[in-house]
Amino acid sequence: MSGDRISRRAFAGGIATLALAHRAKAQGYAGLGETADGFAKVTPGRLFTFPGDHGPHPDFRIEWWYLTANLVDSSGAACGLQWTLFRQAAKPGPQAEGWANQQIWMAHAAVTRADTHRFSEAFARGGIGQAGVAAKPFAAWIDDWEMKGVERTDDRTLSPVTLKASGNDFSYALTLEADRPVVLQGEAGYSRKSERGQASYYYSQPFYRARGTLIVEDIQVEVSGQAWMDREWSSQPLDTDQTGWDWLSLHLSSGAKLMLYRLRQKDGKDHPFGNWISATGETQMIAAGDIRMTPKANADVAGRKLPVEWQIAIPSRSFSISCKPLNPKAWMGTGFSYWEGPISFTGTHDGVGYLELTGY
Amino acid sequence: MAPSVLRSVELIPSGAQILLSIRNLSKTFTSADEPVHVLRGVDLDLAGGERVALTGESGSGKSTLLHLIAGLDAADGGTIRLEDTEVTRLADAGRAELRRDRIGLVFQQFNLIPSLSVADNLAFQARIAGRHEAAWTRELVERLGLGGLLKRYPEQLSGGQQQRVAIGRALATRPSLLLADEPTGNLDEATADEVLALTRDLVARTGCGFLMVTHSLHLAGTLDRHIVLHAGRIA
Amino acid sequence: MKRALWVLAVLLSHWRRHRMQFATLLIGLIAATALWSGVQAINQQARSAYDRAAATFGGVRTATLVAPDTATFPQELFIKLRRAGWPVSPVLEGRVQINGRSIRLLGIEPVTLPVDVGNAPRLGAADLGTFVAAPGQTLVARETLADLHEGEGAAPSISSGARLPPLHVQPQLVPDVLVVDIGVAQRLLNKPNQVSRLLIGKARGKPAALQSIVGDQLQLIEPTAETELERLTDSFHLNLTAFGLLSFFVGLFIVNSAVGLAFEQRLPMLRTLRACGASARLVNTVLVVELVALALVAGLIGLVCGYVIAAALLPDVAASLRGLYGAQIPGHLTLRPEWWLAGVGISVLGAIVAAATSLIKAIRMPVLATAQPRAWQQRQRRWLILQSLAACAVFAVASLLLFYGQSLIAGFGLLAALMLGAALILPAFLEILLLTGQRLARRPLAMWFWADSRQQLSGLSLALMALLLALSVNVGVSTMVETFSRTFVGWLDGRLAADVYISAADNAQGAAIRNWLKDRSEVQAILSGGRAETQVQGQPVELLGLPDHPLYRERWPLLETAPRAWTQLVPGNAAFISEQLSRRLNIRVGDVIEVPAPGGAWELDIVGIYADYGNPKGQLAVNVAALIRQFPQTPQTRIGLIVSRDNIPGLIAALQKQFALDDRAVADQATVKAESIRIFNRTFAVTSALNAFTLGVAGIALLTSLLTLANSRLPQLAPLWAIGITRPRLAAIELTKTLAVALFTSLLAVPLGLLVAWCLIAIVNVKAFGWRLPFHVFPLQLVELVAVALVASLLAALLPVLRLARMQPSSLVKVFANER
Repeated sequence: MSGDRISRRAFAGGIATLALAHRAKAQGYAGLGETADGFAKVTPGRLFTFPGDHGPHPDFRIEWWYLTANLVDSSGAACGLQWTLFRQAAKPGPQAEGWANQQIWMAHAAVTRADTHRFSEAFARGGIGQAGVAAKPFAAWIDDWEMKGVERTDDRTLSPVTLKASGNDFSYALTLEADRPVVLQGEAGYSRKSERGQASYYYSQPFYRARGTLIVEDIQVEVSGQAWMDREWSSQPLDTDQTGWDWLSLHLSSGAKLMLYRLRQKDGKDHPFGNWISATGETQMIAAGDIRMTPKANADVAGRKLPVEWQIAIPSRSFSISCKPLNPKAWMGTGFSYWEGPISFTGTHDGVGYLELTGY
Repeated sequence: MAPSVLRSVELIPSGAQILLSIRNLSKTFTSADEPVHVLRGVDLDLAGGERVALTGESGSGKSTLLHLIAGLDAADGGTIRLEDTEVTRLADAGRAELRRDRIGLVFQQFNLIPSLSVADNLAFQARIAGRHEAAWTRELVERLGLGGLLKRYPEQLSGGQQQRVAIGRALATRPSLLLADEPTGNLDEATADEVLALTRDLVARTGCGFLMVTHSLHLAGTLDRHIVLHAGRIA
Repeated sequence: MKRALWVLAVLLSHWRRHRMQFATLLIGLIAATALWSGVQAINQQARSAYDRAAATFGGVRTATLVAPDTATFPQELFIKLRRAGWPVSPVLEGRVQINGRSIRLLGIEPVTLPVDVGNAPRLGAADLGTFVAAPGQTLVARETLADLHEGEGAAPSISSGARLPPLHVQPQLVPDVLVVDIGVAQRLLNKPNQVSRLLIGKARGKPAALQSIVGDQLQLIEPTAETELERLTDSFHLNLTAFGLLSFFVGLFIVNSAVGLAFEQRLPMLRTLRACGASARLVNTVLVVELVALALVAGLIGLVCGYVIAAALLPDVAASLRGLYGAQIPGHLTLRPEWWLAGVGISVLGAIVAAATSLIKAIRMPVLATAQPRAWQQRQRRWLILQSLAACAVFAVASLLLFYGQSLIAGFGLLAALMLGAALILPAFLEILLLTGQRLARRPLAMWFWADSRQQLSGLSLALMALLLALSVNVGVSTMVETFSRTFVGWLDGRLAADVYISAADNAQGAAIRNWLKDRSEVQAILSGGRAETQVQGQPVELLGLPDHPLYRERWPLLETAPRAWTQLVPGNAAFISEQLSRRLNIRVGDVIEVPAPGGAWELDIVGIYADYGNPKGQLAVNVAALIRQFPQTPQTRIGLIVSRDNIPGLIAALQKQFALDDRAVADQATVKAESIRIFNRTFAVTSALNAFTLGVAGIALLTSLLTLANSRLPQLAPLWAIGITRPRLAAIELTKTLAVALFTSLLAVPLGLLVAWCLIAIVNVKAFGWRLPFHVFPLQLVELVAVALVASLLAALLPVLRLARMQPSSLVKVFANER
């Protein structure tokens, strides 16, 4: 497979791949399967501390601050937006000063409505201040895109924060507030990606309420809805034979949240993972054998066939839904391309969420 | 082909179908000072296979009449009908097509193409018309006595030879009507007689009509009919 | 289709019988296409080289931000702008010395580098990591690698002792520049956290106004469509283009006369074709097809010739451009497919234009020939009047351009208008001359001579116009080159004051050499020099440090001075300004100029203006000690020596031995001068070559016109022969006539050529280079050119005249027999 496909949380590989590589050969996708020699290792049983863990972990190879929001505008029309900041270290070891710094930053921003999908990307080198993340007061930025806390931002909830980004033909500014603490995914924040030990540290804030303005082609609308932030860092999250993944974050109308993904392997098998988060914030892993993810319909986007409609069932929870995208053309044609867009679902439960498809 | 055989085909077509019919034809040229009425209502019929001589003094309009029939120029009034075609109604392209396919033209100046060999000069009208027949061309060459001259160029020929080539070119398409404008004007008397005799034979061979403008009453007398143009009318 | 092919075969048969005419037509088209496309190929080659240079990681094609007063500014401003949404990318530029050679170092930031910075060499994906991560890479053109005598992968050290990252060849990179990561550049140039400029890419959104972010610390430089090199070399290329165009038109003159003749000769054929039933449309279409087919064939041959011409001239062009402007042009020709297409296109277009009148005649031709008396006198008179009126209009345009034109284009416009006007008025001028001759003539043959020359005029005038143009351009260009050459040599004598020139590898060696020289008795004086670079009003300006020495006061040439100029220079608050910079900035003696220096602005009184021929950059000359005070980084490596002539070779040998200096690092005055003159001479090699080509093409035009006329002149000559004038006599008269009109034309070309030279020197040069030369006339040269023109005319006239002299009487008799 070619290396120009990146997984959602798979901003990795050499810096070569970062800025320009469209043909760089990578193992796994985009080098996610490279060995972690010299970088810090992900091991179970880590204790998370905040605000410290909101900030960067430069000893690990890769890291991201990833936010998606399902919104409606004042006319009731649904829309979604994405804001992502990736960090990658070109080499392990102590952080070098200035231009010699080994960190490279990349960001993606997108707005999706039923009739349009806009996206933009940004790159920066670390060490000079063009991009970075600070834990307290919280700030994650690249150029003029930022996700920023204030003096009173609560470390446990990471709330309130503001969010902004702009592209050629769109921009947005949101305020995000949550009244429940962040949620540790996997086993107390240890998220296993294969049976051979590949893993990441992973926590989320799925309870954001979002409010703000969205401008597409100079037309400004007020929007509100819910948002979900993922924080994840690792040094080798994927195994070399894992080719991509299908990932979902779901806001159930009951107030509960569901995170699901399956990692696809070269041999055609896949490994599903999931966490059920109750409306009050209790999280529970779902057994792999209890997850049924079935692609239902493909869309032709960017010369590829992508499974944008899904049938999902968790028999033990009497959960069975079918998901449809708001806009099947939500292709992120960035330096590393993937599909990422808002969805809605009905069945035993209903609600909205985000779907990401990588490695296709 | 032996001369005796030739004579046996030399028949004037019976039934005397009208080939060319001219009615009330008029043509005026505008010179610097005043209009000159060259043709003032010419009426003329010519039957298929008929050989007609047209005489008249200088400026009587003989050549003009011939040019109008050939469609080289447009009439101001009256009609010219060649078989089923009304020449006077045709546009320039139509008249060119008519000349190409159904009319053979022979001029006093021969008007051969100097850069083409005799063989090519003979064949080119037929080629342009898309009706080049090798056998017929061979026959023409033989009858016109051009056999030894095919590779020469016009400037290497005598006047009589050149005119024989011109006649061959005009007949190579098997036209319905052969028009000749003083074809012997540049030739001495003996050559003129010889060329005209050849022409008469060939006209008879093809069965086409023949209209010849000439100054020579002697030559005019050798054709079937002799008409005289005077002051723009047939006398 | 078959029909059309037969018509085509008939039309083409004409050429078989008129091979000379056919050759003429082809030669005209080939000459036109060849010279035009040859020049285009050269220009294209040069432009793409400039583009490469300009686009080196954001040249002038990209909008940039710079500090108004200082060479560099803090990197902090870059971050500030990025955080405000400005899509900027930092660049740090400077010079480093490697093995005694000074070379440009460019630090770039590949991650933010806008992807739309022209056709900048892009870093391959796989290379990016190596480029950025330690030890990094130094990108370099293959030529430069060879110049540095280094191999790929080597990490040479610079004069400060620091090492460059390993050298890596980047094929698309321009020569004479080293490209490194900006972090590396900051370290090597010892400018931590400093940048020279910011390249502006495509904004993602709508960033705030520049002022609201950085105040007036930075100013925006809009991208220019033209690069500095392009601007500087414009006149050079315009010059080439003008020659190409001239040759093209002269070629078309030939085509025009050949096609015209062919048409006249083929008129009866066309009539016969029509009489035999080929429609007008068919015949006309086939005529056009024939012309286009010929143009295609000739165009292709012309292109091949053009390629050969371009390939032959390119080394000289490249040398000129390098010598004059420091522009690097690859010496081998690479051509794009567009060039071939354009060449064939221009050939077809030119053929159609040249044949237009004949084609229109053919289209309008009635089938029946109407015998009209040839009222050539009336027609000729009308034609002469019309053409003279056109000439007056063109002259009016020329005077407007002279008084109101400001630009270089206006200068060339003036030249073009002058020449076109002169060409247009030439027939009328000759007509008046010939008419006067006719009136004065008493003997009948003489009267016929003049009258017949007049009748020939319309047929010959195109060729004569071509001759006039070619000749006057020749006169103009030769005069300019000669003027320049003399001025330059005289100037060089004064400018090269010292007897020996030394260029040390670095300051340490410079000091050592100076020390060593102090003990040498044959050295009468040690003159230290120095150069620094800065920017004034956004333009690169060179600062030249002059030593204070009586020799300079005596010999260094100044165009204009204030009183006690040299004395004023010594304290360091006064400067001389180069002529071109003074014109560019409109600064005169007595004005004050402010120069950004590391320590702040440096105010300088202008106390003199000097000629600085051949330098594309503006220059200020100041006292060398003052220069080093203001620009402490100035390398003190340039040393001039005053030595008596006899001791020079020995001293040079000793220097070379003592300090291991090569021929480039130490040279005597004679060598430097010879080198300068050699570069200078090559500069005009192309001009001279094209000059000769143009004259050659004009000669062909004359020949073909005369050949064309020769046939149609038989009817005029036959009666004279019939009344008893011998063929040799007739031939002699013909020859005299041709030479007479050629002589008149050449004599007219002399004043016109001098006018052209004046335009070149007083307008074009000033606008293009910024210097004005004194105007000299070189009579001997003019006589020579007129003689050349007459010889060319003689050769051109000889062939038809010989044919006439040898003509069989029967051919002349035929005229009477064949009259139509």
